[in-house]
Amino acid sequence: MIEEQGLDVRTITMGTNLLDCADSSLDKMKEKIDSKIYSLAKKLSEVATSIEDDYGIPIINRRITVTPISLLLGALDSVQEMPLDDIQKFNDPLFQKYNIREPKISQDALNSSKEIAECLDNVAKKVNVDFLGGFSALVHKGFTRADLCLIQSLPEILSSTERVCSSINLASTRSGMNMNAVKIMGNIIHQIAMNTRDNNSIGCAKLVVFANAVEDNPFMAGGFHGVGESECCINVGISGPGVIRNIVKHQKKVDFESLAESIKKTAFKITRMGQLVAQQAAKRLNIPFGIVDISLAPTTRPFDSVAGILEEMGIEITGGPGTTAALALLTDAVKKGGLMASSYVGGLSGAFIPVSEDKFMTEAARKNILTIEKLEAMTSVCSVGLDMVCIPGSTSPATISGIIADEAAIGMINNKTTGVRIIPVIGKKTGEEVEFGGLLGKSIIMPVKQSSCETFINRQGRIPAPVHSQRN
Amino acid sequence: MKAIVSVVGLDKPGIVATVSTTLAKHNINIIDITQSYAHDFFTMILIVDFEKSDITLKEISDELREEGEKIGVFITIQHEDIFRAMHRI
Repeated sequence: MIEEQGLDVRTITMGTNLLDCADSSLDKMKEKIDSKIYSLAKKLSEVATSIEDDYGIPIINRRITVTPISLLLGALDSVQEMPLDDIQKFNDPLFQKYNIREPKISQDALNSSKEIAECLDNVAKKVNVDFLGGFSALVHKGFTRADLCLIQSLPEILSSTERVCSSINLASTRSGMNMNAVKIMGNIIHQIAMNTRDNNSIGCAKLVVFANAVEDNPFMAGGFHGVGESECCINVGISGPGVIRNIVKHQKKVDFESLAESIKKTAFKITRMGQLVAQQAAKRLNIPFGIVDISLAPTTRPFDSVAGILEEMGIEITGGPGTTAALALLTDAVKKGGLMASSYVGGLSGAFIPVSEDKFMTEAARKNILTIEKLEAMTSVCSVGLDMVCIPGSTSPATISGIIADEAAIGMINNKTTGVRIIPVIGKKTGEEVEFGGLLGKSIIMPVKQSSCETFINRQGRIPAPVHSQRN
Repeated sequence: MKAIVSVVGLDKPGIVATVSTTLAKHNINIIDITQSYAHDFFTMILIVDFEKSDITLKEISDELREEGEKIGVFITIQHEDIFRAMHRI
């Protein structure tokens, strides 16, 4: 199971609360962040390796998630100097008819945000983790000064730092969709793409925009340590598309019930192994165990593919008719098996469909059977969203915002998490190939429908929360 | 710490010797062995004790695989805890 089908633990992620590091002085805040993360995580990588050695299970990534950094930034003098009045007007829907412009963020505040990001990047390198997530802001209902400051600093930060990942939550079932944020993020993603144009706009791979973001996600780039979380905990993301695929491969002539049953049983085993690793890591680090995330996460290895599972089920090419139903069956069966195996299943838990990281999905996109519209439909039945989708560099910021809004609407209305990690590859056209290397893989530029949504995106304010937000 | 070694392949002389020599070299004690033989296929399962061993599971896993390849059998080793976690409700 381990050698042939690539069973591994995708990530051990240490979630760390940084709220107590907030300080009005930038230097003090950096010092507190550095020492807190270092003291908690200094053994993380070493412990993960020792578990690999003892159990013979590969652990692919070691990661850290932190409190959304915008919650800390607000304490800084440079951010507090911004006039409150501007941001109040920007947030208030009644003011929108006057077409209030986005408040100006001072260079000082942007520099502070950048220094915090550099501090996080350095400490991530010091403790030898692959990624640090949580350079995030939760703006689904409105902006704080610090949120805007963090968002505006992203184009520079994601092009200059190496391991810092960012996520922005801009919609929720409970409070609707912040369309101001949707518009801003279209621009920001475009700017990040421009800033990293020499490297296929790879900066965009480190940013996810969410609807209904979860607080205990161990996967990147969307992981952060939510405010309802404890001081510090160990979350584990399991993997195993290869193992599920192998099971499905041997169930060629069975009915749907038996197919679901065999996937459930396998998901049970994988989850148990993930939980074992999580508990061992927690014990060895003396940090409480948080959750197991039972997402099937593909890698670029040929057998490690979610699309491959769908194709083994009987879909000729992923994206063709039947794909959404097959994915629904798969995601549900994985969840059922996982939930039986562990009482602490959390995070995103479903099936990831990152186009560039999944060999069969890239292939399906190349054949133009898998399109952005079909991916959108697929995300309504699985976690998590439009993931690692490459689009032409000439796509306008408003169109990017439109894609974000569509995806966030699916999450908002269906009470689930959806995300968008989209890469407008500057200088490339539809059908061209992009090579990112490593776990991010290679992909093809997918076509975007040519129709402007600029007038829609330029309206200001929030899309009201759906009727089923009223559950009390 | 205990582990489960499984050996699968076409039968030929020296399989048991190869496995037990490799284990003994690293002071790994064999607690139990079962083997079966169907047509030309040979399978063997060993329960081994790592208590006094000088080597990690990962290292012995690589070494056993290499030794197995030399004589044309497939050898895997798995920690007891994984077995228990996966196969018990």
